[in-house]
Amino acid sequence: MRYLPLSDTDRGEMLARIGVKTVDELFADVPKNLLLKEPMDLPRRKGELEVERILSRMSAKNISASSVPFFVGAGAYKHHVPATVDHLIQRSEFLTSYTPYQPEIAQGTLQYLFEFQTQVAALTGMEVANASMYDGSTGTGEAVLMAHRVTKRRKAVLSGGLHPHYADVVRTLSEMSSDNVVTMQPDVAGTEDILAQIDDSVSCVVVQSPDVFGNVRDLKPIAEKAHQHGVLLIAVFTEAVSLGLLASPGSQGADIVVGEGQSIGNALNFGGPYVGLFATQSKFLRQMPGRLCGETVDADGSRGFVLTLSTREQHIRRDKATSNICTNSGLCSLAFTIHMTLLGEAGLSRLARINHANAVKLADQLASVKGVEVLNKTFFNEFTLKLAKPAAEVVERLAEKGVLAGVPVSRLLPGAGLDNLLLVASTEVNTDDDRAALCAALKEVL
Amino acid sequence: MLNRQGRPSSAGETGTTAHPTFTGNKALAQIEPLLFEIGRYDTTGVDLDEPEDFKPRLGGLERKEPIGLPGLSEPETMRHYVRLSQQNYGIDTGLFPLGSCTMKHNARLNERMARLPGFSDVHPLQPVSTVQGALELMNELGRYLVTLTNMTAVALSPKAGAHGELCGMMAIKAAIEAKGEGATRNVVLVPDSAHGTNPATAALIGFKVKPVPAREDGWVHVEDVKERLGPDVAAIMLTNPNTCGLFEPQVAEIAKAIHDAGAYFYCDGANFNAIVGKAKPGDLGVDAMHINLHKTFSTPHGGGGPGSGPVVLSERLAPFAPVPFVRAGKNGFELVEQEADAAERPFGRMTAFHGQMGMYVRALSYMLSHGSDGMKQASEDAVLNANYIRAGLADLMSLPFGNKPCMHEVLFDDAWLKDTGVTTLDVAKAMIDEGYHPMTMYFPLVVHGAMLIEPTESESKASLDLFIAMLRDLAFAAKNGDKERFTGAPYHAPRRRLDETRAARSPVLKWTPPAPVAEAAE
Repeated sequence: MRYLPLSDTDRGEMLARIGVKTVDELFADVPKNLLLKEPMDLPRRKGELEVERILSRMSAKNISASSVPFFVGAGAYKHHVPATVDHLIQRSEFLTSYTPYQPEIAQGTLQYLFEFQTQVAALTGMEVANASMYDGSTGTGEAVLMAHRVTKRRKAVLSGGLHPHYADVVRTLSEMSSDNVVTMQPDVAGTEDILAQIDDSVSCVVVQSPDVFGNVRDLKPIAEKAHQHGVLLIAVFTEAVSLGLLASPGSQGADIVVGEGQSIGNALNFGGPYVGLFATQSKFLRQMPGRLCGETVDADGSRGFVLTLSTREQHIRRDKATSNICTNSGLCSLAFTIHMTLLGEAGLSRLARINHANAVKLADQLASVKGVEVLNKTFFNEFTLKLAKPAAEVVERLAEKGVLAGVPVSRLLPGAGLDNLLLVASTEVNTDDDRAALCAALKEVL
Repeated sequence: MLNRQGRPSSAGETGTTAHPTFTGNKALAQIEPLLFEIGRYDTTGVDLDEPEDFKPRLGGLERKEPIGLPGLSEPETMRHYVRLSQQNYGIDTGLFPLGSCTMKHNARLNERMARLPGFSDVHPLQPVSTVQGALELMNELGRYLVTLTNMTAVALSPKAGAHGELCGMMAIKAAIEAKGEGATRNVVLVPDSAHGTNPATAALIGFKVKPVPAREDGWVHVEDVKERLGPDVAAIMLTNPNTCGLFEPQVAEIAKAIHDAGAYFYCDGANFNAIVGKAKPGDLGVDAMHINLHKTFSTPHGGGGPGSGPVVLSERLAPFAPVPFVRAGKNGFELVEQEADAAERPFGRMTAFHGQMGMYVRALSYMLSHGSDGMKQASEDAVLNANYIRAGLADLMSLPFGNKPCMHEVLFDDAWLKDTGVTTLDVAKAMIDEGYHPMTMYFPLVVHGAMLIEPTESESKASLDLFIAMLRDLAFAAKNGDKERFTGAPYHAPRRRLDETRAARSPVLKWTPPAPVAEAAE
């Protein structure tokens, strides 16, 4: 087997050195009747070529985003990732290293995490950021738990504009921990009265902007009322590129900012792995979950970086830890930080303007299609359409025509009576031809 | 002679001491400033055209302040990160014997497969009809995992090992609540040797943690478990093979005692690499076990993630598996994304979308490559390699539970360092100077100064021989009083020992612009 260096001669010599006759003597503690005698009921080993054939056949059954006019978003976005990013994250020393527990030989990882934390803090307008979470949804769950620790209250209010998967993750975690959750009705127009939910019993309000329907939310009034009642505002985003153009959640008074960083540097990957961004104010630092990288010096006085404040973490605190998290999303945060470095402030804000301009163009073109209504007054690169027919059906028919049109709201919120709504996203990858193809296909189907 | 230019071709003078360099660099060892010290706010490494006729519809919520993100051109970016990478140690650099982490070879075939456009460039919410191959892959991975473990079902979506633990414990909690015992069964037994994630996970969802003490032989004893069992016990979280590197010989009896008491057996599968193809957790009585695809099935650790932690479930827990999951339907594969669409009783959702697809592809690529024969051989080689190290060091280093066979990792304590003035940490740092990544140190907590060595099946005999010889040399040095070689180490790494106390006392967690320099007086 090509990955196993030991030869049978080696194995024989090693067994002799150990002082046993067969390798099964080393498995003596496994109850005899449970030690497998027969090979498992799975195929035998295969060469590279054969594995490539099998997996390529599976891959070929899928329609990839780059191969068609593509407008699917709702929490994961198709963006162009520069070739440099994928090359660099495949460097052996990044790809095959472990969590930097031995900092003297992990300065590469630690320095980029320090840079990543700085970038995320700047982007979100917050004072501190951690070294990443699994993704935006699990990060949101952790943010709610953190708010409970800070406020010593156990009731979260979730906006009706929060991505339904995110809300499900929070609800699952809260139900299991016997915490209270109030989920507001789906809020297509972005006009819900969340202020009415805020009182002294609430730990946090969780508001997404742009929300899942695409509306840009003004967080300032929510932050103001929340703070009057000792409530934390958790600001969520699922499209990191939007932060290049929109006022940062921090500048609007958010206490915790959490979001999905996939858009920058990371491929769609059918949903994962992605990278959760998590930032807060310094005063809440000790209640923050996840790994943190900090600056220090070595024995010679040279600047260096280490993982720090680990007394919050499970390997030290065990059942008293702030979170059970062990892993972060190292390589995806590397992809994020490399892409962000390539963009810089100038590139990011331009990329955001291109996204917005493309979406505006698309919205205007779609608005002229019969049977299509654009519902949003505000949006960044995604908005909601009201169609003359159920969106799930329309999306299927458009897929047959080679256009991936968007996400039917009914897929995220079945039974909410929103069957004719369609979420449509447009990024820098979309061309005039793509927009024309979508409009033409919709005209045929509606 | 052709050397008419007078270019000297001898080896030069010997014996001169190295002079500090002007740049601080040492040839290939380059010092790399922070991005923020070399980047410029008006520099970008991507070429994008400004959109024409830009009329925002943002409701007046545009950003008005600058962000504070410097950029680099493409060549600068390349150099910055290549230089950073050169300060890192990876599996491809050398032996990485980090116990309980299974740092095995990461085949590049798996990387290539994960980047096939049908896997990397598909959206999780595309119509199901356009991603049948992706669902087929998830289904096939699930079939492999269920077959290898002899369990009933698998929840693929957990994002990492600890997230898988959470998923498994949530399934147990849901099952207990379904039986109407939610209010009374709220204790989880956790052996002292367990990973810190186990008690943290149990506590996170409201269980009380009751420790099971460690015995002198490194095993969990069924009578210690029985003593703590009662109508209040929901589950045991047992790692098997355990973190002392030993297979739990009483595992079947423990499982029976747990089941007889109406509780569930959660197995931490971090050490599955020792027994793939040798024993099936389902046969041992396990109800739920997470599998770290980034350990046993070689998806890259990537400097600390992304991981992937699918959970296999017994028949008793299978109905409670979270959404989403794949099932075969009349017209191909279906994706059950909503609790209401499931025939069973899913406890909820662990994550947005469907989990770590990129890791699923890599893991299946590993499994297809190895096959049933290769996976069994890999486990045997992993165990053989660990025992070979044990045999090579048993006379010089101390084995806390006696010189008996171990599984895929061998645990030493620091008794052999007694009176040398050298600690486990010092040994680890001296190993760095010798060109190795250190073993796991100070874990498990049940022995003093633990050194947990897991070589994996990826090491050749020659590599192990050199590793053993190196540790023997260090052992002799420590015992002969060569303390400085240890306490000052590392001497040759990109950094000397780092001050962790200082980092924690006044945390500096991001770069801040230096204060403007006051005008120098005359």
